[in-house]
Amino acid sequence: MSKFRTPIATARGLGSARSGARHWMHQRVTAVINLLLLLWFAGSVVSLAGAGYADIIWWVRDPIVTVLLVLLIANLFYHIRLGLQVVIEDYVKSDGTKALSLILLTMVTLVLALLGIVSVLKVSFGG
Amino acid sequence: MASTRRPLSPHLQIWRWGLHMALSIAHRTTGVGSSLGALIIVWGLVAIAAGPDSFSTFKMVTTSLLGRIVLFGITLSMMLHMCTGVRHLVMDTGRALDIKTNRQTGILAIVAAIVLTLGLWVAAYWFAGLI
Ligand code: HEM
Repeated sequence: MSKFRTPIATARGLGSARSGARHWMHQRVTAVINLLLLLWFAGSVVSLAGAGYADIIWWVRDPIVTVLLVLLIANLFYHIRLGLQVVIEDYVKSDGTKALSLILLTMVTLVLALLGIVSVLKVSFGG
Repeated sequence: MASTRRPLSPHLQIWRWGLHMALSIAHRTTGVGSSLGALIIVWGLVAIAAGPDSFSTFKMVTTSLLGRIVLFGITLSMMLHMCTGVRHLVMDTGRALDIKTNRQTGILAIVAAIVLTLGLWVAAYWFAGLI
Protein backbone atom coordinates (compact mmCIF):
# COMPACT_ATOMS: atom_id res chain seq x y z
CA MET A 1 0.00 0.00 0.00
CA SER A 2 3.05 2.28 0.06
CA LYS A 3 2.12 3.55 -3.40
CA PHE A 4 -0.67 5.59 -1.87
CA ARG A 5 1.68 7.52 0.40
CA THR A 6 4.04 10.35 -0.36
CA PRO A 7 7.77 9.78 0.21
CA ILE A 8 7.81 12.33 3.02
CA ALA A 9 5.01 10.47 4.81
CA THR A 10 7.04 7.28 4.53
CA ALA A 11 10.13 9.02 5.87
CA ARG A 12 8.23 10.40 8.84
CA GLY A 13 6.92 6.96 9.65
CA LEU A 14 3.27 7.95 9.47
CA GLY A 15 0.65 5.54 8.23
CA SER A 16 0.94 1.82 8.11
CA ALA A 17 4.36 0.50 8.92
CA ARG A 18 3.50 -3.17 8.59
CA SER A 19 1.19 -5.32 6.55
CA GLY A 20 -2.27 -4.48 7.86
CA ALA A 21 -3.95 -4.13 4.48
CA ARG A 22 -3.00 -7.61 3.33
CA HIS A 23 -4.07 -9.11 6.67
CA TRP A 24 -7.40 -7.31 6.42
CA MET A 25 -7.99 -8.54 2.86
CA HIS A 26 -7.04 -12.14 3.67
CA GLN A 27 -9.40 -12.09 6.67
CA ARG A 28 -12.24 -11.09 4.34
CA VAL A 29 -11.42 -13.49 1.52
CA THR A 30 -11.18 -16.40 3.96
CA ALA A 31 -14.47 -15.22 5.52
CA VAL A 32 -16.33 -15.53 2.21
CA ILE A 33 -14.84 -18.96 1.49
CA ASN A 34 -15.65 -19.99 5.07
CA LEU A 35 -19.24 -18.94 4.58
CA LEU A 36 -19.68 -21.20 1.55
CA LEU A 37 -17.74 -24.20 2.89
CA LEU A 38 -19.26 -24.06 6.37
CA LEU A 39 -22.81 -23.98 5.05
CA TRP A 40 -21.99 -27.03 2.93
CA PHE A 41 -20.32 -28.73 5.90
CA ALA A 42 -23.14 -27.99 8.33
CA GLY A 43 -25.69 -29.34 5.86
CA SER A 44 -23.61 -32.48 5.31
CA VAL A 45 -23.06 -33.19 9.00
CA VAL A 46 -26.75 -32.73 9.68
CA SER A 47 -27.70 -35.18 6.93
CA LEU A 48 -25.16 -37.65 8.36
CA ALA A 49 -26.68 -37.48 11.84
CA GLY A 50 -27.36 -41.05 12.90
CA ALA A 51 -25.17 -42.49 10.12
CA GLY A 52 -22.84 -45.36 10.98
CA TYR A 53 -19.05 -45.46 10.72
CA ALA A 54 -19.07 -47.10 7.28
CA ASP A 55 -21.44 -44.49 5.83
CA ILE A 56 -19.18 -41.70 7.03
CA ILE A 57 -16.07 -43.35 5.55
CA TRP A 58 -17.87 -43.59 2.20
CA TRP A 59 -18.87 -39.98 2.44
CA VAL A 60 -15.30 -38.78 3.13
CA ARG A 61 -13.97 -40.93 0.25
CA ASP A 62 -16.04 -39.17 -2.38
CA PRO A 63 -13.35 -37.15 -4.21
CA ILE A 64 -15.43 -33.97 -4.14
CA VAL A 65 -16.02 -34.34 -0.40
CA THR A 66 -12.31 -35.05 0.19
CA VAL A 67 -11.27 -31.91 -1.65
CA LEU A 68 -13.91 -29.74 0.02
CA LEU A 69 -12.95 -31.03 3.49
CA VAL A 70 -9.26 -30.28 2.86
CA LEU A 71 -10.13 -26.79 1.61
CA LEU A 72 -12.46 -26.23 4.57
CA ILE A 73 -9.80 -27.12 7.14
CA ALA A 74 -7.06 -25.09 5.43
CA ASN A 75 -9.24 -22.02 4.94
CA LEU A 76 -10.86 -22.23 8.38
CA PHE A 77 -7.58 -22.42 10.25
CA TYR A 78 -6.03 -19.64 8.20
CA HIS A 79 -9.07 -17.48 9.07
CA ILE A 80 -8.68 -18.44 12.74
CA ARG A 81 -4.94 -17.74 12.63
CA LEU A 82 -5.59 -14.24 11.24
CA GLY A 83 -8.52 -13.59 13.60
CA LEU A 84 -6.91 -14.69 16.85
CA GLN A 85 -3.77 -12.76 15.85
CA VAL A 86 -5.76 -9.51 16.07
CA VAL A 87 -7.26 -10.55 19.40
CA ILE A 88 -3.77 -11.23 20.79
CA GLU A 89 -2.40 -7.97 19.38
CA ASP A 90 -5.25 -6.08 21.03
CA TYR A 91 -4.99 -7.55 24.51
CA VAL A 92 -1.39 -8.64 25.06
CA LYS A 93 0.58 -5.57 26.02
CA SER A 94 4.21 -6.64 26.38
CA ASP A 95 6.15 -7.12 23.12
CA GLY A 96 7.83 -10.30 24.30
CA THR A 97 4.69 -12.09 25.39
CA LYS A 98 2.95 -10.87 22.25
CA ALA A 99 5.63 -12.30 19.95
CA LEU A 100 5.64 -15.57 21.85
CA SER A 101 1.83 -15.87 21.77
CA LEU A 102 1.79 -15.21 18.02
CA ILE A 103 4.43 -17.88 17.37
CA LEU A 104 2.46 -20.30 19.54
CA LEU A 105 -0.76 -19.42 17.70
CA THR A 106 0.88 -20.10 14.33
CA MET A 107 2.21 -23.44 15.50
CA VAL A 108 -1.02 -24.61 17.11
CA THR A 109 -3.24 -23.64 14.15
CA LEU A 110 -0.75 -25.20 11.72
CA VAL A 111 -0.59 -28.47 13.65
CA LEU A 112 -4.39 -28.67 13.98
CA ALA A 113 -4.92 -27.92 10.29
CA LEU A 114 -2.38 -30.56 9.29
CA LEU A 115 -3.95 -33.09 11.66
CA GLY A 116 -7.33 -32.51 10.06
CA ILE A 117 -6.03 -32.64 6.48
CA VAL A 118 -3.88 -35.74 7.00
CA SER A 119 -6.81 -37.51 8.67
CA VAL A 120 -9.08 -36.75 5.72
CA LEU A 121 -6.44 -37.93 3.24
CA LYS A 122 -5.78 -41.07 5.27
CA VAL A 123 -9.46 -42.03 5.14
CA SER A 124 -9.69 -41.05 1.50
CA PHE A 125 -6.65 -43.02 0.31
CA GLY A 126 -6.70 -45.73 2.98
CA GLY A 127 -7.42 -49.31 1.91
CA MET B 1 7.20 2.75 14.55
CA ALA B 2 5.05 5.80 14.06
CA SER B 3 6.33 8.83 15.91
CA THR B 4 2.96 10.44 16.61
CA ARG B 5 0.57 9.64 19.42
CA ARG B 6 -2.51 8.07 17.94
CA PRO B 7 -6.02 7.93 19.34
CA LEU B 8 -6.98 4.73 21.07
CA SER B 9 -10.29 3.17 20.22
CA PRO B 10 -12.89 2.55 21.35
CA HIS B 11 -13.22 4.77 24.42
CA LEU B 12 -15.50 2.46 26.32
CA GLN B 13 -16.31 5.09 28.94
CA ILE B 14 -17.88 7.50 26.47
CA TRP B 15 -19.79 4.95 24.43
CA ARG B 16 -23.43 4.41 25.11
CA TRP B 17 -24.41 0.75 25.13
CA GLY B 18 -26.35 -0.25 22.10
CA LEU B 19 -26.94 -3.08 19.68
CA HIS B 20 -23.99 -2.01 17.51
CA MET B 21 -21.58 -2.32 20.42
CA ALA B 22 -23.02 -5.59 21.72
CA LEU B 23 -22.76 -7.13 18.24
CA SER B 24 -19.21 -5.90 17.79
CA ILE B 25 -18.22 -7.62 21.01
CA ALA B 26 -20.32 -10.67 20.11
CA HIS B 27 -18.53 -10.99 16.78
CA ARG B 28 -15.24 -11.26 18.63
CA THR B 29 -16.41 -13.64 21.39
CA THR B 30 -18.19 -15.88 18.89
CA GLY B 31 -15.06 -15.83 16.71
CA VAL B 32 -13.03 -17.14 19.62
CA GLY B 33 -15.84 -19.51 20.69
CA SER B 34 -16.22 -20.91 17.19
CA SER B 35 -12.50 -21.66 17.14
CA LEU B 36 -13.37 -24.27 19.75
CA GLY B 37 -15.79 -25.69 17.23
CA ALA B 38 -12.96 -25.98 14.71
CA LEU B 39 -11.07 -27.97 17.32
CA ILE B 40 -14.00 -30.39 17.61
CA ILE B 41 -14.18 -30.75 13.81
CA VAL B 42 -10.49 -31.77 13.78
CA TRP B 43 -11.07 -34.16 16.67
CA GLY B 44 -13.90 -35.77 14.70
CA LEU B 45 -11.76 -36.15 11.58
CA VAL B 46 -8.86 -37.62 13.58
CA ALA B 47 -11.29 -40.04 15.26
CA ILE B 48 -12.71 -41.16 11.91
CA ALA B 49 -9.18 -41.76 10.58
CA ALA B 50 -8.17 -43.65 13.74
CA GLY B 51 -10.88 -46.29 13.30
CA PRO B 52 -14.34 -47.40 14.49
CA ASP B 53 -13.40 -47.51 18.19
CA SER B 54 -12.11 -43.94 18.32
CA PHE B 55 -15.08 -42.81 16.31
CA SER B 56 -17.57 -44.42 18.68
CA THR B 57 -15.86 -42.66 21.59
CA PHE B 58 -16.19 -39.37 19.69
CA LYS B 59 -19.83 -40.12 18.95
CA MET B 60 -20.54 -41.10 22.55
CA VAL B 61 -19.06 -37.90 23.93
CA THR B 62 -20.61 -35.55 21.37
CA THR B 63 -24.09 -37.09 21.62
CA SER B 64 -24.15 -37.20 25.43
CA LEU B 65 -26.35 -34.61 27.13
CA LEU B 66 -23.39 -32.38 28.01
CA GLY B 67 -21.96 -32.92 24.53
CA ARG B 68 -25.19 -31.81 22.93
CA ILE B 69 -25.42 -28.72 25.09
CA VAL B 70 -21.84 -27.74 24.17
CA LEU B 71 -22.43 -28.49 20.48
CA PHE B 72 -25.64 -26.48 20.49
CA GLY B 73 -23.76 -23.51 21.97
CA ILE B 74 -21.03 -23.87 19.38
CA THR B 75 -23.58 -24.08 16.56
CA LEU B 76 -25.19 -20.87 17.80
CA SER B 77 -21.77 -19.24 18.16
CA MET B 78 -20.78 -20.20 14.61
CA MET B 79 -24.09 -19.11 13.11
CA LEU B 80 -24.03 -15.77 14.91
CA HIS B 81 -20.40 -15.14 13.91
CA MET B 82 -21.31 -16.10 10.35
CA CYS B 83 -24.28 -13.72 10.24
CA THR B 84 -22.50 -10.82 11.93
CA GLY B 85 -19.55 -11.66 9.64
CA VAL B 86 -21.71 -11.19 6.53
CA ARG B 87 -22.94 -7.94 8.07
CA HIS B 88 -19.30 -6.93 8.57
CA LEU B 89 -18.59 -7.59 4.90
CA VAL B 90 -21.58 -5.50 3.85
CA MET B 91 -20.48 -2.63 6.08
CA ASP B 92 -16.95 -2.91 4.65
CA THR B 93 -18.40 -1.81 1.32
CA GLY B 94 -19.70 1.34 2.98
CA ARG B 95 -23.33 0.22 3.13
CA ALA B 96 -25.76 -0.08 6.06
CA LEU B 97 -23.82 2.39 8.18
CA ASP B 98 -26.61 4.81 9.11
CA ILE B 99 -28.16 4.24 12.52
CA LYS B 100 -31.53 2.95 11.34
CA THR B 101 -30.24 0.44 8.75
CA ASN B 102 -27.45 -0.61 11.08
CA ARG B 103 -29.97 -1.51 13.74
CA GLN B 104 -32.13 -3.39 11.27
CA THR B 105 -29.26 -5.48 9.90
CA GLY B 106 -28.15 -6.17 13.46
CA ILE B 107 -31.54 -7.54 14.45
CA LEU B 108 -31.67 -9.47 11.17
CA ALA B 109 -28.30 -11.09 11.94
CA ILE B 110 -29.47 -12.24 15.38
CA VAL B 111 -32.77 -13.60 14.08
CA ALA B 112 -31.05 -15.36 11.15
CA ALA B 113 -28.51 -16.96 13.49
CA ILE B 114 -31.24 -18.32 15.78
CA VAL B 115 -33.34 -19.59 12.86
CA LEU B 116 -30.30 -21.27 11.25
CA THR B 117 -29.25 -22.90 14.54
CA LEU B 118 -32.71 -24.26 15.32
CA GLY B 119 -33.14 -25.34 11.69
CA LEU B 120 -29.88 -27.31 11.71
CA TRP B 121 -30.75 -29.04 14.99
CA VAL B 122 -34.28 -29.93 14.02
CA ALA B 123 -32.96 -31.28 10.71
CA ALA B 124 -30.26 -33.29 12.51
CA TYR B 125 -32.82 -34.88 14.85
CA TRP B 126 -35.02 -35.62 11.88
CA PHE B 127 -32.20 -37.26 9.89
CA ALA B 128 -31.24 -39.28 12.95
CA GLY B 129 -34.82 -40.55 13.10
CA LEU B 130 -35.38 -39.08 16.56
CA ILE B 131 -38.39 -37.00 15.58
C1 HEM C 1 -16.21 -21.59 12.49
C2 HEM C 1 -15.92 -20.67 11.68
C3 HEM C 1 -15.22 -19.38 12.03
C4 HEM C 1 -14.33 -19.13 13.04
C5 HEM C 1 -13.77 -20.10 14.07
C6 HEM C 1 -13.97 -17.73 12.94
C7 HEM C 1 -13.09 -17.08 13.79
C8 HEM C 1 -12.81 -15.74 13.74
C9 HEM C 1 -12.01 -15.01 14.69
C10 HEM C 1 -11.34 -15.60 15.91
C11 HEM C 1 -11.99 -13.71 14.30
C12 HEM C 1 -11.31 -12.55 15.02
C13 HEM C 1 -12.32 -11.76 15.79
C14 HEM C 1 -11.90 -10.34 16.07
O1 HEM C 1 -10.87 -9.89 15.61
O2 HEM C 1 -12.65 -9.66 16.77
C15 HEM C 1 -12.75 -13.60 13.10
C16 HEM C 1 -12.95 -12.42 12.39
C17 HEM C 1 -13.78 -12.29 11.31
N1 HEM C 1 -14.62 -13.25 10.80
FE1 HEM C 1 -14.61 -15.21 11.34
N2 HEM C 1 -14.65 -17.17 11.89
C18 HEM C 1 -15.42 -18.15 11.30
C19 HEM C 1 -16.29 -18.02 10.23
C20 HEM C 1 -16.57 -16.83 9.60
C21 HEM C 1 -17.54 -16.66 8.55
C22 HEM C 1 -18.40 -17.76 7.96
C23 HEM C 1 -17.53 -15.32 8.22
C24 HEM C 1 -18.32 -14.52 7.24
C25 HEM C 1 -19.11 -14.80 6.37
C26 HEM C 1 -16.56 -14.67 9.05
C27 HEM C 1 -16.27 -13.32 9.00
C28 HEM C 1 -15.32 -12.70 9.75
C29 HEM C 1 -14.92 -11.31 9.58
C30 HEM C 1 -15.46 -10.32 8.55
C31 HEM C 1 -13.93 -11.07 10.54
C32 HEM C 1 -13.15 -9.77 10.75
C33 HEM C 1 -13.75 -8.93 11.81
C34 HEM C 1 -12.95 -7.70 12.08
O3 HEM C 1 -12.03 -7.35 11.34
O4 HEM C 1 -13.27 -7.02 13.05
N3 HEM C 1 -16.00 -15.60 9.89
N4 HEM C 1 -13.27 -14.85 12.77
